[in-house]
Amino acid sequence: MTFDAWSEELAAAVLEPCQGDETMVLVALQTLQERFGFVPAEGVPLVARLCNVSRADVHGVLSFYHELRTSPPAGRMVRVCRAEACQAVGARDIERAFADAGHPVGSHSESLSVEAVYCFGNCALGPTVEVDGTLHGYCTEEIVAEALR
Amino acid sequence: MRIYIPADSSARSVGADQVAARISELPYAEIVRNGSRGLAWLEPLLEVETEQGRIAYGPVRVSDIDSLISADFAHGGPHPLRLGNIEEHAWFAAQDRVTFARVGLIDPLSLDDFRAHGGYAGLSKALALSGEEIVAEVTASGLRGRGGAGFPAGIKWRTVLGAAGSEKYVACNADEGDSGTFADRMLMEGDPFTLIEGMTIAALAVGATQGVIYVRSEYPAAISTLRAAIATANLNGWLGDDIQGSGRSFDIEVRSGAGAYICGEETSMLESLEGKRGQVRAKPPLPALKGLYGKPTVINNVLTLASVPMVLADGAAAYQARGVERSRGTQVFQLAGNIKHGGILELPFGVPLRQLVEGFGGGTRSGRPIGAVQVGGPLGAYFGADQLDLITDYEAMLAAGGMLGHGGIVVFDDTVDHLQQARFAMEFCAIESCGKCTPCRIGSTRGVETIDKIIAGQDVDTNRVLLDDLCELMTDGSLCALGGLTPLPVRSALKLAGV
Ligand SMILES: Cc1cc2nc3c(=O)[nH]c(=O)nc-3n(C[C@H](O)[C@H](O)[C@H](O)COP(=O)(O)O)c2cc1C
Ligand code: SF4
Repeated sequence: MTFDAWSEELAAAVLEPCQGDETMVLVALQTLQERFGFVPAEGVPLVARLCNVSRADVHGVLSFYHELRTSPPAGRMVRVCRAEACQAVGARDIERAFADAGHPVGSHSESLSVEAVYCFGNCALGPTVEVDGTLHGYCTEEIVAEALR
Repeated sequence: MRIYIPADSSARSVGADQVAARISELPYAEIVRNGSRGLAWLEPLLEVETEQGRIAYGPVRVSDIDSLISADFAHGGPHPLRLGNIEEHAWFAAQDRVTFARVGLIDPLSLDDFRAHGGYAGLSKALALSGEEIVAEVTASGLRGRGGAGFPAGIKWRTVLGAAGSEKYVACNADEGDSGTFADRMLMEGDPFTLIEGMTIAALAVGATQGVIYVRSEYPAAISTLRAAIATANLNGWLGDDIQGSGRSFDIEVRSGAGAYICGEETSMLESLEGKRGQVRAKPPLPALKGLYGKPTVINNVLTLASVPMVLADGAAAYQARGVERSRGTQVFQLAGNIKHGGILELPFGVPLRQLVEGFGGGTRSGRPIGAVQVGGPLGAYFGADQLDLITDYEAMLAAGGMLGHGGIVVFDDTVDHLQQARFAMEFCAIESCGKCTPCRIGSTRGVETIDKIIAGQDVDTNRVLLDDLCELMTDGSLCALGGLTPLPVRSALKLAGV
């Protein structure tokens, strides 16, 4: 996944559809993340201004949703399903394999970010891991090793 | 030569794209990326159109393709992976596909295919009816909400129909957060026009002109498929102004969630749709009267809305004839977790749990005895292997101390650590709590700590009593079912653990 470098002009352009609409705060933040890979600090006052809400409101939304990031993603992005259906087929072992390699769930390093997801809806073919946007069912040690490489 | 290879996310997670890429190199291949037939363990399941009908092969790996070609699979030739006509497969043939009738059968984005298989028959009828008449039909069908609570759809629609004001909404709940559930996703990816048709009928019934589908962000393919289908429906006069010359108009927008389980709770979803933190609203007012932007709003689950076209097309009586007691029609069960034959099973209500997990499901994938079965998502109860004679309808599940929820069934083998499952239920509540009520927000964190002490063997009796008090407090003092029902999996798992 490639993202654009932050630019106020670009941000204002992609946020055009949210202009003047206070119900579009979440959409605005999602749009920024899609474009820049995360929500840069400069994005908060911009969204506040465009959507006619306070900065505190924007912060409130930003901090509520697990998926919105405030720091740039670096390296490979791994998302491990931690929910029950995957637990039943070894999700905890997958999580442990990443942890043992120095990348516990919730950690972000230059080379790899590992995040938890509570269900991809792939519950009959778990354990499920997503690597850079690609979903892997029946996740094996090889797939974990590949993701760690 | 027409060859069907699912573009369903689950099929893709086990290599359907790679298979499709290899098959597309064959000069005679005309590939259709369909939805999944729902026999997940056979994915990627490839079907070829032959003179003997559609012949399936699966599960197909890229490494099987050379031998499939040698076996002349394109004409249905014999091969170890050959399954014959999948609709005659025992797993499929025993089902009653109503809501899922077209999923896997058709090209999801082909309006012609959809119409050739009965699509828009329900809406065509609805266009000739009054709102009152549509509501009466849906009420008579006995259709209940498939999102978890099982509230009668017709009664909800009647409230919205009767609400004052000309600005009304239809909001489809496609947040599908429960682990072990994937039916909404499969329907949206495999037959999006059915959901669009159901929402349009709901709009006609209550007098709404704008609809929105709130899809969890973990479902990017569902989002793009829905958007493409909506565009096609618009182009062909099935959405937008003056639908099929009726003078009625309806538009649908797709919105993405942002990774918060609580946003599946309907009032939290409304807050999220309004761009805010997904904090649960107190009821009343009912969303049916004051919903999206404070306007009367129909909120229904994907499967509820997707069942409506058939109710209109074939009549309420045909739907009502299925099922048992007060659970009418079909339920789309989802077999998940440690299960040999997982996937989608659409059956009339009233099937014993054992028939689902041992009969259809074939027991555990690991081959070990069943250790626990969680029904109804993360807020549903855990049942032991000796409780499988339970009947899966709304009331029977409630009576047994559980709930059917969205129909997800997660199987664990006997290596399951019940205490860890109890701990996870509390932890999940702590992570996903919207923070509005103290028993849910703080209680769940205390709950995790207390279970940790029990696991460590620390003052077990005292901590067990403490945990019970906590559960009581959460049940009584929570505004919504996240805090209110978390004690269900916690207590049932503790019971299985013998603690
Ligand atoms: C914590 C929580 C999560 C929920 N998640 C969902 C969900 O993901 N999808 C859904 O349709 N309903 C979910 N519900 C139920 C909704 O609040 C609501 O009852 C439902 O969308 C109404 O539609 P229905 O009557 O068609 O089921 C959830 C409820 C709670 C309390
Ligand atoms: S029970 Fe939990 S999730 Fe539900 S409203 Fe209260 S704090 Fe929010």
